[in-house]
Amino acid sequence: MLAKRIVPCLDVRHGKVVKGVNFEGVKDVGDPVACAAEYNRQGADEIVFYDIVASHEGRGAFLDVVRETAKQVFVPLTVGGGISSVEDMRNTLRAGADKISINSSAVKNPQLISDGAEIFGSQCIVVGIDAKRDGRGGYTVYANGGRIDMHVDLLKWVTEIEQRGAGEICLNSIDTDGVRGGFDLEMLKAVCARVRIPVIASGGAGKLSDFATVFQETDATAALAASLFHFGELTIPQVKADCRSKGIAMR
Amino acid sequence: MIAVIDYGAGNLFSVCNALKYLDIPHSVTKDADEICRADAVILPGVGAFPAAMESLRATGLVDTIRENAQKKPLLGICLGMQMLFDRSDENGDCDGLGLIAGEVHRIPSDKVIIPHMGWNELVITQQSPLLEQIETPVYTYFVHSYQAFCDEKNIIAYCEYDGKIPALVTDGKFVFGAQYHPEKSGDKGLQMLRNFERMAK
Repeated sequence: MLAKRIVPCLDVRHGKVVKGVNFEGVKDVGDPVACAAEYNRQGADEIVFYDIVASHEGRGAFLDVVRETAKQVFVPLTVGGGISSVEDMRNTLRAGADKISINSSAVKNPQLISDGAEIFGSQCIVVGIDAKRDGRGGYTVYANGGRIDMHVDLLKWVTEIEQRGAGEICLNSIDTDGVRGGFDLEMLKAVCARVRIPVIASGGAGKLSDFATVFQETDATAALAASLFHFGELTIPQVKADCRSKGIAMR
Repeated sequence: MIAVIDYGAGNLFSVCNALKYLDIPHSVTKDADEICRADAVILPGVGAFPAAMESLRATGLVDTIRENAQKKPLLGICLGMQMLFDRSDENGDCDGLGLIAGEVHRIPSDKVIIPHMGWNELVITQQSPLLEQIETPVYTYFVHSYQAFCDEKNIIAYCEYDGKIPALVTDGKFVFGAQYHPEKSGDKGLQMLRNFERMAK
């Protein structure tokens, strides 16, 4: 049986982890390679690196981080932030990423999903979405880290993403992100009912039981969190033990 | 020394990263003599079957690989595993290496998500040196839409995905194939690569 995945996300700026990570035994809390290695040791099922600056000048340093991590971490590595062309995808995969995550660039240019899926395969194209309730009972898609309302209906967008050949959707709810009150079950259910590709839940994890809940209540196949893991409030083994005790398949 | 066949496979670098990390001597090669001198051979592979077979044929190594597979360990990974079989019908019929009897077809389920992607548990049905020193449960990382169909005697382990998917296969002698990616399957995957090196000695 396929296990549900627990996925830590590391935001990287100029080759350093944003805000740092609070791990015992990791001296340089800003070193993304050391942090990824620690998550690997803890049993992370996949690791996400997100280039939050995504400037042209900083790209080299960021890809160096990916390259170094791929030499030491032997679980799938997903890389996002600032990928807006097939060439960017190719460079990121060559650096050692297993999957590429595109978000704003896909909303602005949906053809990028099709091109990426055709050239590199669906399995390595993840489309990230930042979405928010529109106040009329639906959801709308935002770009640029949740700053720009694209006036795109979420459920129409996920259907298009699937049709264009993406392998996965990473759904971040702006409404629950940072609130720590749990994942956005309602939004996840709506999206999971629309598509057959795997959906990763993101945004809102605040306590141990939130992970088991998202797997029990929705068809999400993975759950992503950042700060909750970084500051050692919860460890991946704790989350997995809780899920396992509730009958959820975990690696 | 392990020869890793260089025919443009997408996971070549991650396989090599893992071998480097494990300090396993290896060489990325398309040279027939080097393959003949090697203690074991790894055939990586990602992508579509016919395109990969065409690239492999273009290296002129098909006969070399077949001959060496009769006398030293060969490990096919992911599409490299599928290529060990007689044929596949991915994008039309295409012959494989014919080292293990069987065929490759699309995963025949309309209930589960295709591609089969993620960590799935190995159900081990046969002892194998490749699985030594690995505690159960063993979850490994899969990414594929096609699967092998073969005799049970060739299956070392399978996984459940609305049916049985052969996960680790063998010809009973020197040839092994992993449908999953040992190089992306954490510590247990790395141990399988170590075990493979030990078999090469």
